[in-house]
Amino acid sequence: METTAVKPQFSEAAQAEIKRLLTHYPDDRRKSALLPVLHIAQAEFGGWVSPEVQNLVAEVLDIKPIEVYEVSSFYTMFNLKPVGKHVLEICRTGPCMLRGSDELTAHLERITGAKVGGPASADGLFTLKEVECLAACGFAPIVQVREKYYEQLDTPDAVDAMLSELRNQVHRPALPWEETGLPNALARN
Amino acid sequence: MGRKLLTEHINVEGIDTFEVYRKHGGYRSVEKALKTMSPDEVVEEVKKSGLRGRGGAGFPTGMKWSFLAKPEGVPRYLVCNADESEPGTFKDRQLMSKLPHLLIEGMITSSYALGANTSYIYIRGELLYVLRILEKAIAEAYANGFLGKNILGSGYDLDLHVHPGGGAYICGEETALLESLEGKRGNPRNKPPFPAMQGLYARPTVVNNVESIAAVPVIVNEGGDEYAKIGVGRSTGTKLISACGHLNKPGIYEIELGLPVEEFIYSDEYCGGIWKGRELKAVVAGGSSVPILPKELILKTAAGENRLMTYESLSDGGFVTGTMLGSGGFIAMDETTCIVRNTWNFSRFYHHESCGQCSPCREGTGWMEKVLHRLEHGHGHMEDIDLLVSVAKQIEGNTICPLGEAAAWPVAAAVRHFRHEFEWHVTHAKEAAQPGAVYRPSAVLV
Repeated sequence: METTAVKPQFSEAAQAEIKRLLTHYPDDRRKSALLPVLHIAQAEFGGWVSPEVQNLVAEVLDIKPIEVYEVSSFYTMFNLKPVGKHVLEICRTGPCMLRGSDELTAHLERITGAKVGGPASADGLFTLKEVECLAACGFAPIVQVREKYYEQLDTPDAVDAMLSELRNQVHRPALPWEETGLPNALARN
Repeated sequence: MGRKLLTEHINVEGIDTFEVYRKHGGYRSVEKALKTMSPDEVVEEVKKSGLRGRGGAGFPTGMKWSFLAKPEGVPRYLVCNADESEPGTFKDRQLMSKLPHLLIEGMITSSYALGANTSYIYIRGELLYVLRILEKAIAEAYANGFLGKNILGSGYDLDLHVHPGGGAYICGEETALLESLEGKRGNPRNKPPFPAMQGLYARPTVVNNVESIAAVPVIVNEGGDEYAKIGVGRSTGTKLISACGHLNKPGIYEIELGLPVEEFIYSDEYCGGIWKGRELKAVVAGGSSVPILPKELILKTAAGENRLMTYESLSDGGFVTGTMLGSGGFIAMDETTCIVRNTWNFSRFYHHESCGQCSPCREGTGWMEKVLHRLEHGHGHMEDIDLLVSVAKQIEGNTICPLGEAAAWPVAAAVRHFRHEFEWHVTHAKEAAQPGAVYRPSAVLV
């Protein structure tokens, strides 16, 4: 697996958010915060969770590293390998397929140059990932990028609008617990 | 025009804020319950309402509540299942993002009824943006004294938290959800013990779907008997139907249970008919796991009666000629849809989402996907069709959780109603393997 040279650390904003999350669960049940903390980690460290980052999560929650690995590998949202600046999660399930997700995937592969399941595009901007039902079937076909849903991507124009919005994003959008305006993880990584 | 009990105000500007929601009668059920009713009286109203679990199983909510163990001195929990992931279902996302306070109000009133002092909303991780909306609304509810200590001076305390999943369909199964909430892999638990006895942190727990919880305020406000007047027989109240696929107007519709399926599909008030002027071919009426029905059987029962949007009417004829209301995920397919391809797609979904604990499901879903893949791509054999049915049968009933059935039913039903189409994929293998190829009745006549 890929490794990062320096031991990662959560930003102060993330540490404060983790502290807040831990108040949601009984004191002897810190492990409950594992999924929310993994989401924070993925947002903080460039869209994926390296073994070092997972070890850090284990440390913060006072659990064994294996307890983090077995969870991060079970849930599909956590990327275990480095990704491009933007991960395009394309829904491939029945209702999206009925409204053109196969064509959408082929179109995205053509214009980004990336392949589904493969490495990021040559410019490092886009990783393509196929996912199962995103629960927005009435607005198919759909792509999710971080916390945003792009819906009704059934025309080249709609796809272009999404891609140009993403190309113009210097930093990833700030999360509620981050102070806006400060350089965030995307810029750091 | 049916009554809208949940979504009447969904398009009101600013309804996602406490102030506007309150102005439109929001949080009245909390006032009524906490000031004038005992917890048991709230449970009684929900029982009288006939409300059935809106997540898919259709189990009576009031009865589920009455099973909750209440040992002295042991905390108990209400957990809202917002892990909406059943293909075709997207009602809860809409409800939570537009009407976050309705769910919060329902959670407070329901938690009071169950005697829970800490409650959770477990939302699928993909919906982090909805989690942000809910957290903002929860903060408003705290600020206005509807959450926290001594709510409305009643002496009742409640903390409410939202917890994200990480991308796993199986966590919609209630015990997998609880495992996930404890920070583990989403492997369903053996039952018994049921969550009502040992749920979250091995304490008594009720798990309810978003839409079920959102129906509680109106039941408390208007009374269970009034709610039960809407609908037909044991299908009381309204239901959110998420309609998708080849419809002119896909979207979320709140219907009174009892609406004819034909009216739902073709009337302009609802889905507005099939897109591009095409013919309807088949419908999956309650989320991807319920049996697919061809047009003739979704519009009319085998006995020739109009099929209605109710638990009973949709299941009329059992699995031979009927299906299920399920989650209300209504997927319509037009005449250009290849049933084999669609079934393969669903099988791939279940194979991908199987947690892998039980061999029949872990291996069986993989085999079904593989066999369907080769049929769809022109490498199938006639005996593959019965092989599919045989694998489906061996999964069904042999797994810890219902994902096994959810994977088996769509395959068995597709072969049951569209066997000729599977056969065509063998006899016309080359043609069938072309992109966009679809079996047409005329094709076999040539």
